[in-house]
Amino acid sequence: MKAGSRLEKLLIQGEFVATAELGPPKSADIQLIKHKAGILRGFADAVNITDNQTAIVRVSSIAAGKIALDEGLEPIIQMTCRDRNRLAMQSDILGAYVLGLRNLLCLSGDHQSFGNHPQAKNVYDLDSIQLVQMAKRMRDEKVFQCGEEIRNTKKSDLLEPRMFLGVAANPFADPFEFRVVRLAKKIKAGADFVQTQCIFDLPKFKRWMEMVVDQGLHEKVFILAGIMPIKSPKVLQYMKNNVAGMSIPDELIRRMEGAKDAKAEGVKICVELIQAVREIPGIRGVHIMAVEWEEIVPTVVREAGLWPRPEVAAE
Amino acid sequence: MIVAEQKDIAEIIPMTEGYQNILVIGCDTCVTVCLAGGAKEVAILACSLRLAARARGKKVQVDEISIERQCEKEFVDSLQSTVRGHDLLISMGCGIGVQTIAEQFPNLAVVPALNTKLLGLPERQGVWVERCQACGQCILDKTGGICPISRCSKSLLNGPCGGSQNGKCEINKEIDCGWHLIYERLKSLGRLGCLEEIMPAKDWSRSRNGGPRKVIREDMCL
Repeated sequence: MKAGSRLEKLLIQGEFVATAELGPPKSADIQLIKHKAGILRGFADAVNITDNQTAIVRVSSIAAGKIALDEGLEPIIQMTCRDRNRLAMQSDILGAYVLGLRNLLCLSGDHQSFGNHPQAKNVYDLDSIQLVQMAKRMRDEKVFQCGEEIRNTKKSDLLEPRMFLGVAANPFADPFEFRVVRLAKKIKAGADFVQTQCIFDLPKFKRWMEMVVDQGLHEKVFILAGIMPIKSPKVLQYMKNNVAGMSIPDELIRRMEGAKDAKAEGVKICVELIQAVREIPGIRGVHIMAVEWEEIVPTVVREAGLWPRPEVAAE
Repeated sequence: MIVAEQKDIAEIIPMTEGYQNILVIGCDTCVTVCLAGGAKEVAILACSLRLAARARGKKVQVDEISIERQCEKEFVDSLQSTVRGHDLLISMGCGIGVQTIAEQFPNLAVVPALNTKLLGLPERQGVWVERCQACGQCILDKTGGICPISRCSKSLLNGPCGGSQNGKCEINKEIDCGWHLIYERLKSLGRLGCLEEIMPAKDWSRSRNGGPRKVIREDMCL
């Protein structure tokens, strides 16, 4: 056990895990965080708390994560390299840990040009791979990035933040052949689990997973397949046209267009995808990204046969 | 080379407010090549300023000159006699030129007519592209001669992010993904193995983050 988080325990236990996502609000609305947490409670083993996603200012992932924790969720704190340098990152990792947060997802972050402060200066002091490396060294070697030991004074005990470390992987971005190499680098840097970009193009995902399995990477890291419930064909079309690094088959858009009840069809597609990825060797769970549609998660989880969620076995 | 572009005339005119004797100074080096601040652009700007002054019913003298290099004190010193009688110097050099002139003429107002944009090269007629950010620690040996600091929108060091598609950057389909270029180049050189190694955290203290930088060659100092 590296960090002893609930997510880590369930994965080691061999459960097929289900994680979800909670997007913090664009205002100081604590009730909304609690409301979303309430929806997800009991339907996800852990919940990603996004970090100013799409480069739009929101309640910080750590603050929202602490509220989610108090509401009974197991948060995965997302941390991007866009907004913080190595001092702020390490300080926030310590801060998250002392608040009881135990999972950290290390990301490059969407470029600020997408968000509501395109004139901002970005940071990228470290990239996501260097961030994982740093967080792993903090945990396993008990040192800061600079090499200094993590203790308050020379006489104090070493007290390191022990995070279960996650990364993202996008099998649909280019160059395709490099995507497995990049995953291997992230594992080498210290990734314990991976959540993939949302899957719509199943054949391409399978090709990527074959390469992953060929290299034995699935034995070194827990891979959770990204699944996104879609409300309408417009959303799919929009992502196809505007979101880089997505692969969305036209037949899926046509299927959504032909549906009488688009939302119900979206759920159906989602459930089918979950069942399909579950059959792929090396997949240890799903990450359900219901962006600003948290309330659909319980339905998806139930219909995919993933409810009730497992408990951590008594030691 | 240093690439610059001229500021909008509407931004330059207010800088001249209250001055009667203006000298517009061009630079014959980088900014001449990038068509931003050479003798020709000096003539056009001076003419525009005269017309603008006349339109506002103001009597303003605008003179012109261009020197070899605004970034070297020796060349800027050659302006000693020319600047006499002027109360405002408009530099059409890069930011270095403006500051060299300001240092050499501490009692005269100096303003910039250009925005200094990048260190790069002309890609084709009329288009200049960035190639270096002067980070102070060159890693081009590891990246197939293509710089990720200047060519990746996030200056990543360990390969393309998840937003790279069809060789283009997530922020704009007009921008090549720097890491895709690196990948293709290393592939053609048979050196893709380079990309498997983790590039460690960069020492940004050698870049601008370490404060204003200085290069000292003791052996060359007098």
